[in-house]
Amino acid sequence: MTDDNPFGRDAEDARPAPAAPSVAPRAAPAAIRRPLVQFDTVSKRFGGVVAVDSVLLDILEGEFFALLGPSGCGKTTLLRMLAGFEQPSEGRVLLDGEDLTGTPPHQRPVNMMFQSYALFPHLTVAGNIAFGLKQDGMPKSEIETRVGEMLKLVRLDGFGERRPHQLSGGQRQRVALARALAKRPKVLLLDEPLSALDRKLREETRFELMELQKRLGLTFIVVTHDQEEAMMMADRVGVMNGGRLIQVAPPAEMYERPNSRWVAGFIGDVNLIEGRVVSSGLGHSVVESAGGRLMVSHTADLTPGTHVWVALRPEKIELDTKQPVAGGDNSFAGRVSEIGYLGGLSIYKIRLDSGAEIKAAMVNRERKPVQPVGIDDRVFLSFKPEASVLLTR
Amino acid sequence: MTDDPPIAPRRSRSGWGRRLVILAPALWLLLFFVVPCLIVLKISLSQTVIAQPPYTPLLDLSEGLKGVEDFVSGLSVESYKLLGSDTLYIMSYFRSLMIAALSTLILLLIGYPIAYGIARAPRGAQPVLVMAVFLPFLTAFLIRIYAWINILQREGLLNDALIALGVIKAPLVWLATDTAVIIGIVYSYLPFMVLPLYASLEKLDDTLLEAAADLGCPRWKAFWLVTVPLSAAGAAAGALLCFIPIAGEFVIPDLLGGSNAMMIGQTLWTEFFQNKDWPVASAIAIALLVILLFPILVYERLQLRDLEER
Repeated sequence: MTDDNPFGRDAEDARPAPAAPSVAPRAAPAAIRRPLVQFDTVSKRFGGVVAVDSVLLDILEGEFFALLGPSGCGKTTLLRMLAGFEQPSEGRVLLDGEDLTGTPPHQRPVNMMFQSYALFPHLTVAGNIAFGLKQDGMPKSEIETRVGEMLKLVRLDGFGERRPHQLSGGQRQRVALARALAKRPKVLLLDEPLSALDRKLREETRFELMELQKRLGLTFIVVTHDQEEAMMMADRVGVMNGGRLIQVAPPAEMYERPNSRWVAGFIGDVNLIEGRVVSSGLGHSVVESAGGRLMVSHTADLTPGTHVWVALRPEKIELDTKQPVAGGDNSFAGRVSEIGYLGGLSIYKIRLDSGAEIKAAMVNRERKPVQPVGIDDRVFLSFKPEASVLLTR
Repeated sequence: MTDDPPIAPRRSRSGWGRRLVILAPALWLLLFFVVPCLIVLKISLSQTVIAQPPYTPLLDLSEGLKGVEDFVSGLSVESYKLLGSDTLYIMSYFRSLMIAALSTLILLLIGYPIAYGIARAPRGAQPVLVMAVFLPFLTAFLIRIYAWINILQREGLLNDALIALGVIKAPLVWLATDTAVIIGIVYSYLPFMVLPLYASLEKLDDTLLEAAADLGCPRWKAFWLVTVPLSAAGAAAGALLCFIPIAGEFVIPDLLGGSNAMMIGQTLWTEFFQNKDWPVASAIAIALLVILLFPILVYERLQLRDLEER
């Protein structure tokens, strides 16, 4: 960790890959980035409670990975096992092909930005950033240079002599980031990095983190409960619930092709229409639901009679006040029961004739004092077969 | 953090309430600290006489302004000159401060591991352990010191135990030595050291230690780089809470110490009760107060800094 070029990823890349990775390497072409962090069926139990349940996950080099889930889903525990603060009950955590089991936290080449920032209150900003470098026995002059670089990186030049309590929340967050980056870790772990910031600052900081990650070419693993944050920043998102990793996918895929009702509901808003498959083939399934027949595109054929849910995002529903000329599949009629005006778009709650309730979103394209659709208006809904996803669990 | 709602300006009416709240402790301090202090100061500037009260001058307001004039012209700094010229007093002060410093150091060395252990114990056990530190205080102080006389005497428990263990062959002299005084002081003052230390160690954020480990710092080193500096305020509070009363300690050296060398508290007692020299006794007390003012000022500064960092 003492190479001189700032964030010299090339130097790291030039290193030969570990000769015999103890876990079976995936047969991947050289063009595909290699996994840097591997969770090999990792479980963690606290007493009788399973916090993390057989998680199998590869995180690639240079990736911005987000672990997303509600509080208590085990995402922080997973991160803490990588940092070394917790030991897996079962399974192994590998970094760069090396088993980290038994390596104490202070010997792991990863650094963490804590949710509470955990800045040392008795040290100055510069002292905080230099803390890790001093542990490595870096010469004093080099430490000074590096601290200067780091302060510049997080736009805190001139703040080196301040104490943490003299800084604003946003500045403290940047000190924590600088401190975690100062040692040029292979992987930067960020535990809810933005949760203590107010909304506006949080949004700005998201972009800053993304830009920083790209510029440094580092692997970032961020733990968050905020879907928006994960979707916006990450290259790939891993959604966790109840200690299990439910789905790992790039944000767009996660949103458009959730693998379960839970993921569909956790990320974004969704209408779930329950039904049974009537027929399936040629990339389409016909589903019989309480509100009528639905034509849904899918990727794999399903046996007729299968219990399914049609997941339909509110913004993918067409809403019209006039009866569509060509009625038929995928159209319903109902009455508007509630309107939520959000400025850019409005959410309409529609009570269907079948009794079910559907949420539809419409962009407010024009400035109008009166909404085009009002409460109690009779409306017609329709959606394209490819606008929805068929879920079996 | 950055956008705390601005604190509403206080209404002038509530200013009265606030003044009243401050008035209570101020009045208390005035009556039971400032006034007695001034009386002692006044006596220290008097001359001893064989009379009732045994000093002069007395303020006689019946003679009007002349009485006040007589009173002021009668004051002198003779007692203080005596304190400065007689090595008995200087040595006595010096001894008191040395014993207080040494005892405080030992208290810190013993108290820190105890406080650290309690702070690291499971949450539920902590109140019980803190209580255990205070438990001896439920018995009378004098009885506990007499118990130490028993332990430290020639045929006492300590010598018996040391002989039984084969550490020594013949009994040692413990009682009436400085060692006995320090043992007694350390024993008696331990809770005052442990409690402030525990308070500061207990609120130490564990994630700071995790952060230190994360940055490459082994546990033992993190103790010195994080735990110790962050509990310094507690250590200072404990040290002060012990040092100041120990410097003026009278009972423990009187019961456990020898008669050859006296701590300042004993000297003061002798002046007051044996020599009936109230002015010199008062001067000793005032001088001690002035000497102890320095560590208090240092502590105040530390406290202020600590408050800022919260």
